[in-house]
Amino acid sequence: MPFRPDLLLALLPVAPLLLALVAAGMTLVLRRFAGVLLAVLPAAMFAYLATLVERVAGGEIILVHLDWIVSYGIGLDLRLDGLSLVFAMTISGIGAVVLIYAGGYLRGHPDLGRLLALLLGFTGAMLGLVLADNLVLLFVFWEATSVFSFLLIGFDRGRQAARRAAVQALLVTGIGGLALLLGAVLLAAMTGTWRVSDLLAGGSLGGTAGYLPALLLVLLAAFTKSAQVPFHFWLPNAMEAPTPVSAFLHSATMVQAGIYLLARLSPVLGGTEAWTGALVAVGGVTLLWGAVAALRQTDLKLMLAQTTIASLGLLVLMLGLGSDAAVSAAMLYFVGHALYKAALFMVVGAIDHATGTRELGALSGLARRMPLSFLAAAGAALSMLGLPLTLGYFGKEELYLALGGSGLELAALIVAVLGNGVLGGIALAIAIRPFLGPIVQTPKRAHEAGLSLLLGPLVLAAAGIGAAVLIGWFGMMAIAPAASAVAGRAVASHLSLVPDFGSLALWLSLLTWGVAAATFARLDQLRTLLRRVQGAVRFTFDAAFDRAMFGLIRLAGAVTRFIHHGRLELYVVTVFGLLALALFVPMLSYRALPPWPLLPQLRFYEWGIFALAAAGLVALLLARTRLGAIVALGVQGLAVALVYLVFGAPDLAFTQLVVEVLAVVILTLVMTRLALDRRDPREIEDLLRDGTLAVLCGVGLTAALLLVLSHPLDPRLAEFFTAHSVPEAHGRNIVNVIIVDFRGLDTLGEISVVLAAGIAVLALLRRSKPAAMPVLPTTVRKPRRRPPIVLVPALSVPDLKAQAAHPVEAKLRPDGSGA
Amino acid sequence: MNSLLFRTMAPVIVAAMLVFSLYLLLRGHNEPGGGFVGGLIAAAAMALLGMANGVMATRRALHFDALNYAGVGVLLAALAGVLSVFYDVPFLTGLWAEVQLFGTPISVSTPMLFDLGVYLTVFGSIVSVVLALEAGGEGA
Amino acid sequence: MEVALAILAGLFFATAIWFLLSRGIIRMLLGLVVLGNATHLLIFTAGRVTREVAPIVPVGLQVPALATANPLPQALILTAIVIGFAMFTFLLVLAYRAYRTLDADDTASMRLAEPEDGPRPPLSY
Repeated sequence: MPFRPDLLLALLPVAPLLLALVAAGMTLVLRRFAGVLLAVLPAAMFAYLATLVERVAGGEIILVHLDWIVSYGIGLDLRLDGLSLVFAMTISGIGAVVLIYAGGYLRGHPDLGRLLALLLGFTGAMLGLVLADNLVLLFVFWEATSVFSFLLIGFDRGRQAARRAAVQALLVTGIGGLALLLGAVLLAAMTGTWRVSDLLAGGSLGGTAGYLPALLLVLLAAFTKSAQVPFHFWLPNAMEAPTPVSAFLHSATMVQAGIYLLARLSPVLGGTEAWTGALVAVGGVTLLWGAVAALRQTDLKLMLAQTTIASLGLLVLMLGLGSDAAVSAAMLYFVGHALYKAALFMVVGAIDHATGTRELGALSGLARRMPLSFLAAAGAALSMLGLPLTLGYFGKEELYLALGGSGLELAALIVAVLGNGVLGGIALAIAIRPFLGPIVQTPKRAHEAGLSLLLGPLVLAAAGIGAAVLIGWFGMMAIAPAASAVAGRAVASHLSLVPDFGSLALWLSLLTWGVAAATFARLDQLRTLLRRVQGAVRFTFDAAFDRAMFGLIRLAGAVTRFIHHGRLELYVVTVFGLLALALFVPMLSYRALPPWPLLPQLRFYEWGIFALAAAGLVALLLARTRLGAIVALGVQGLAVALVYLVFGAPDLAFTQLVVEVLAVVILTLVMTRLALDRRDPREIEDLLRDGTLAVLCGVGLTAALLLVLSHPLDPRLAEFFTAHSVPEAHGRNIVNVIIVDFRGLDTLGEISVVLAAGIAVLALLRRSKPAAMPVLPTTVRKPRRRPPIVLVPALSVPDLKAQAAHPVEAKLRPDGSGA
Repeated sequence: MNSLLFRTMAPVIVAAMLVFSLYLLLRGHNEPGGGFVGGLIAAAAMALLGMANGVMATRRALHFDALNYAGVGVLLAALAGVLSVFYDVPFLTGLWAEVQLFGTPISVSTPMLFDLGVYLTVFGSIVSVVLALEAGGEGA
Repeated sequence: MEVALAILAGLFFATAIWFLLSRGIIRMLLGLVVLGNATHLLIFTAGRVTREVAPIVPVGLQVPALATANPLPQALILTAIVIGFAMFTFLLVLAYRAYRTLDADDTASMRLAEPEDGPRPPLSY
């Protein structure tokens, strides 16, 4: 096969996953340089993707296909178009910066290697997700991001809050993953293809029969992953993760996977009223919800987390509108948001690192101590606020251009202006309040962060401004191809650096900044007000999640308790009840009853043997004493031995006879120390039930056996053994030859079982005292004295004697305290 | 179990049973008998001895811990299978040879060794259990 | 005669199940022994029975001159008898130990492994 350079694309998801396997080991060797060196891989991938930009901008779609499950038509298909490229470059670029940042943030931490490995693995999963051209592959990577995010959020596994956040994120996104799987299967069933490219070529499915269920499933997947109301609650909790993780998960990856899914399938599922209505409504509500929740926080990281929810809502809203301008705005906003949000998270992490606190109220005047951090924060916040010369500005402008037509759009416009305004106010608060003003005392003395902590935010903030300066080129190369892929038609770029003073959008931007300024000015009052409202409402989705979880666990416990009730006789009844059903149902439903048995032609001694067996059984049933039961048992065993004897099985007869003798000996030895109840303890209705069941099973087995006997026997196996016994195995006793030669391996296993049973019996007998097993779970278990393990004759005999001499002492007292 | 007659006769009966069990083992390949039933009869003999002469005496008569017999038995049976390795045939393939013992040709074979393993395993396991139970029963 | 054996096997099964369903462990053990015999009879009968002719090749012949009993079920049952006996011994001693430890032979009161009010599943992360 000639080398095709595009196959390198397949390395994008694979290489980080492979590197993740050795990353922890490498970290042990590389120590403080681990982050930087591991970041080389995502950086190289970023550079590789950059070489493809012009081809993709020219309208080319790079496809890679490797065979996977051929019989189902499922391949390892990858697709790189404008949308995938924008996402992949954002992921790899921010991934590189985050790795460097993580190396500095957790320098010297014993688990740094684990964190770096997980971040790399997550990068690989995320890249696979945005490159997948196959619904199955997409689902696999989707789930992989869920699992990696679970491990990343629960990184600090010693803390309960981190574990809870991780489980919560996994469950919520896991439900979405299942929905995605169902949706993918539904889509494949509707269209006959698993390939995303074929789906996209097929155009919109709107109006077809399965459209609505497929849409709902995909939306459930996207909304859980992208933390839309009412599935938003896991995202703030995920802030339990270390800051590098938050910076990565909540800017360019994880939560954006839902946005990517919506964008990717928008040509297939979009454009309908259901799509627009659902996305605009949910997105709008989420935007406002996140904005309001952000106002309530005082922890910088939590503020950022809530604004992420708001931004995700805004993105969903834009994708819902689906016009050219709206999808362009979504792509611009996605890139801009990823850059500024990652930068701000990193700055907050640096502040936390330097001062020991993230509380808004406890920080002030850091600009003098941390000038470079301030620079990065200011650059990023400007983009978040949407001032000119930032990507955020253009994202906002594009959105406002797209709105204003219908009533729905007007409502969306108001929501967007309000939401953007509040986000802007938060941006101002994060950039200004900790850095400007008088210097205050902090838990640690503030100092400028190290290079590895500063590099990321500075680069990302600069990238946000740089892309805006080059907006014409950026729009043409990245945004227009991406928007075209989302819209499913060519979308031209009309972005330019020169503001259009005539358009309404500029005035709306001014209004947004006004809201932002007002929010910033009245932040503390707003917070107090909102907290009071929250205190009055009491309900939180977070608490509801816990109630649902614990309810589920209780339900599982109750179900287990019901099925696994611990009453042996009912288990046995179940087993034999099912046996009776299994015997009779097929026989009756196939009308395959055995022929009515004729009176058997037996010789007189045979009648005698059968009568002896029956008498033994009856005596056993009626036995009231131990001795009687043992004798009856011996009688029926003897009768069976006689049956073997008269029907041509002398070996069996011998063995059975000796076994019966030994059984009687052992039974006598044990039973003298056990009491046989004179009366059956069962109630009369239990007796009736058990009797019926026993008779049914007996009759059923007889009928089944008669049925077997009415068919001819396949004699090949027996004939083989008979024919080859003497010539090949030199033995005339065919039964013995089968045991020791033909089926020797079986016998070897069987004598091993005999040996094991012997050892087990000795182990049971050798314990000098009954173990002090607690009857109640609360009883304290006494340390058990154990005889030294020595082979039998030396020590165990006195032990057994001691036990036998004081059997009463050895018994467990009701209080569980032992002898 | 303390009748004089029983205690006097027991060793004789036990000896006869042991010989009979070996006889069954050796002829098992051609006539009714074999390792399983032979082992069981030998075990019954030791159980009898235990009842008549006491557990300690029986353990002394065995020389080794009864379970050791069982372990050796499984090992012998496995060894009988492993021998086939040297003849480049599958595990447990029967191998036959004729040995001259005092001028009498005696055929030895791996199935015979295997059967001896079965005999010892059954004998050892059951004897160890029975003796342990009998020991526990004394004085109780 | 196979019919008679089939009916006998049914009788054995019914008796065994009757004992297994009782709540006393001693009766259940008795049931296990009978159940073993019942199963052996089932296998024995399903392999067809002939009178008296054991599956042994007469001296000097390569194959038996007459039709003999089916050797395969006999081989299966032979090992089954011994293993069944070993397992029975184990269960008997197990029951004995349980009786000594718990002072009960009624399975309804043997609730050590699955106590009546066992611990609830943990409600925490």
